[in-house]
Amino acid sequence: MSRFRLAIIALFLAFSFGLPVNTATAVLPDEVLDDPVLEGRAREISTLLRCLVCQNQNIDESAASLARDLRLIVRERLVDGDTDDQVLNFIVDRYGEFVLLKPRLTPGTILLWFGPAVLIIIGSIGIFFMMRRRVAEAKASGPVVLSKAEEKELEKLLRQ
Amino acid sequence: MAAEIGYYSLILALVLAIYQSIFPFIGASRNDERLMATAVPVAQAQFGFLMVAFFALMYAYIVSDFSVENVFKNSHTDKPMIYKITGVWANHEGSMVLWVLILTLFGAAVATFGQNLPALLKARVLGVQGTISASFLAFIVATSNPFIRLSPTPLNGQGMNPLLQDPGLAIHPPLLYLGYVGFSLVFSFAIAALIEGRVDAAWARWVRPWTLLAWMFLTMGISMGSWWAYYELGWGGWWFWDPVENASFMPWLAGTALLHSAIVVEKRDTMKVWTILLAIIAFSLSLLGTFLVRSGVLTSVHAFATDPERGLFILGILAFFVGGGFALFAWRAPAFKSGGMFAPISREGCLMLNNLILTVGCATVFIGTLYPLVLETITGSKISVGPQFFNATFTPLMVPLLLLVPLGPFLAWKRGDLAAVAQRLSAAALFTAVILVFVFAWVEKGPIMAPFGVAIAAWLVAGAVSEFAFRIGLFRVALMDSLRRAVKLPRSVWGTSLAHGGLGIVVLGIVAISAWQVEKVEVIDVGGTMQVSGIDVEFVSIEPRTGPNYKDDVGLFRISVDGKLVTEIESAKRLYQVPVMATTEAGIYSFWTGDIYVTLGDKSKTKNAWTLRIFFNPLAQFIWFGAAIMFAGGAISLTDRRYRVGAPRKKGSKKRAKAPAKEVPA
Repeated sequence: MSRFRLAIIALFLAFSFGLPVNTATAVLPDEVLDDPVLEGRAREISTLLRCLVCQNQNIDESAASLARDLRLIVRERLVDGDTDDQVLNFIVDRYGEFVLLKPRLTPGTILLWFGPAVLIIIGSIGIFFMMRRRVAEAKASGPVVLSKAEEKELEKLLRQ
Repeated sequence: MAAEIGYYSLILALVLAIYQSIFPFIGASRNDERLMATAVPVAQAQFGFLMVAFFALMYAYIVSDFSVENVFKNSHTDKPMIYKITGVWANHEGSMVLWVLILTLFGAAVATFGQNLPALLKARVLGVQGTISASFLAFIVATSNPFIRLSPTPLNGQGMNPLLQDPGLAIHPPLLYLGYVGFSLVFSFAIAALIEGRVDAAWARWVRPWTLLAWMFLTMGISMGSWWAYYELGWGGWWFWDPVENASFMPWLAGTALLHSAIVVEKRDTMKVWTILLAIIAFSLSLLGTFLVRSGVLTSVHAFATDPERGLFILGILAFFVGGGFALFAWRAPAFKSGGMFAPISREGCLMLNNLILTVGCATVFIGTLYPLVLETITGSKISVGPQFFNATFTPLMVPLLLLVPLGPFLAWKRGDLAAVAQRLSAAALFTAVILVFVFAWVEKGPIMAPFGVAIAAWLVAGAVSEFAFRIGLFRVALMDSLRRAVKLPRSVWGTSLAHGGLGIVVLGIVAISAWQVEKVEVIDVGGTMQVSGIDVEFVSIEPRTGPNYKDDVGLFRISVDGKLVTEIESAKRLYQVPVMATTEAGIYSFWTGDIYVTLGDKSKTKNAWTLRIFFNPLAQFIWFGAAIMFAGGAISLTDRRYRVGAPRKKGSKKRAKAPAKEVPA
């Protein structure tokens, strides 16, 4: 809870006095783990976590002290042998789903994750039926054959 | 005095806009030519008054007149002159004035250059344009007056957000607004066509250049914004899927779809209803973008103005135009008759697929951007939608579209011959395959999909080159004949090839920087060297320097490859005084293969050493270079002969234009 209060205070300070929030000193050399595999995982996880005191930055990019704390927690958990999911769960338990930049698939996010796929399917079906109707209409009004002149013009257009 | 003149001009412009939103419509319905013609000088005068207001505000900034609240809140005497000038639109009120200035510029442009437009269409277009400008002028006068005076006059101003004190601010917002607002004209054309009940090839021919113009500016505006973020924000990123970026990307996607569907309307007299819908959507998304940014409803890097009252006002404007547009569409559009038939495999079919993918892509960005907001409103639970969502949904959606791009221009209208297209693209396909194998063999690390991304880029560029080569008959006729053909080729063909090829270059840059960016962070002593991607970066020295309104710690870096000095660059940590804020001024040097990007971190507490963060961003500049080529393609296309000579009139169209438009029963 105290960490959360710290975050609120940091947020307040950053906005009211314009404290430096953009010094591009994200991951510092002293944070980096010796094991490159573990460090790689830590970086990967960090890009999935939102810096709560910044505007739309992940904790890997952020220079805020809260982001640094979170980066250290991530690394601590990894060194203790947590899986990636366990680390994420640990953070989400404390900071809520808001901290995840890639929202989990829950009943609330089904539309988010499947919306695009549903739209492309609906769009494709719509186009399919429209084309079929048009073909049917065209058949009803006689076959469409290019006239000699039209074919010639087509050739000319293609040559251009 | 300047402030009062500016305010007075705004009100005069508002009165004119109200006139323009009523009387041209009355003139059109009564077929009263004289009444309709009044729209022209009114639109021009409106632009004139906006110019007066805009320059009055700029004058207040230049002379640092802190008795004007807007200047007091956003400027400071120590600020360099260029940022006093650009500061005019670096705040909410001023940027709204710029928005309406550009809106009236487009209105005046169509009034002045649209002499060959049918009188009815022109009157209605100007009428809709007047309605838009009246609502936004009312918004400014009622909630966002930039000319409010302060008493007593403060001694100095509060300064401007240092992140905005950059030449990027001079270019990015005006370009973006030219793009956003440019779609207003397309919207006005769509609404006028719905009222009139008629869409034909001539309509499409008038709409296309305006769409193209708006699209070009939006392309450039987005690209400049991305470039600015790249060098200013200091963590080597170029696109963050930030809500405000998405707000400009959505109209771009819709506009790109519109650009292509309007071709079908012009050439084949079909897809009319869809094109009208896209025109409404493109401008609705522009308005949405304005709403998102101006209301600060989505907190993000760009949201420097937050005020719920204003948000509600813009929401009202948004609801009026979007709702009104769609309602009119639902009422009138079913009456439109579709023209030409076409087979699924044809240029029309290909463009239809293009439109499907672009629209769904646009919807994906829309969903991802607004979902957190809607979910929080409904359920109260807060989620974040970050880059990972868009990478997982938007990116795969774009792959088939990009593969399709080279096919389109080769396919015949009505009924295409895939075998012939395949034959004409065989060289491009071979080139793509070679590139794919080469990249796979060459790179050691990075995502497995990255070589395929490079192959897509190669396919786009090779496809564009193939199309151009085919059009000029390269290797089929004598070289001189080919050159002669190239000169005579319609400019729109040049434009298409350039834009599609430029897109390939953008894709190449995006793939390279996303897949193979190298980052290294170390604490380095002054005099020490860091090696990144085979490039030596020597930390030569660091010294303080004082700027007009900031203090720098400037690091000097010597870039060398294989022991040979290439260049020296500076990278600074900057501390602004008013308001107090630290920024990074990244040192960037562009090689052909990519950028070396140096940012300076904090000083070590124990010794004379500094944290250095150095990136190698492979092919990063290709992103913006490619976008510039796309812009150039649009510009060349815009000079196409048929736009210069104006749209041809069908026989009897003059008569038809004069007759009340009752051709299609509503």
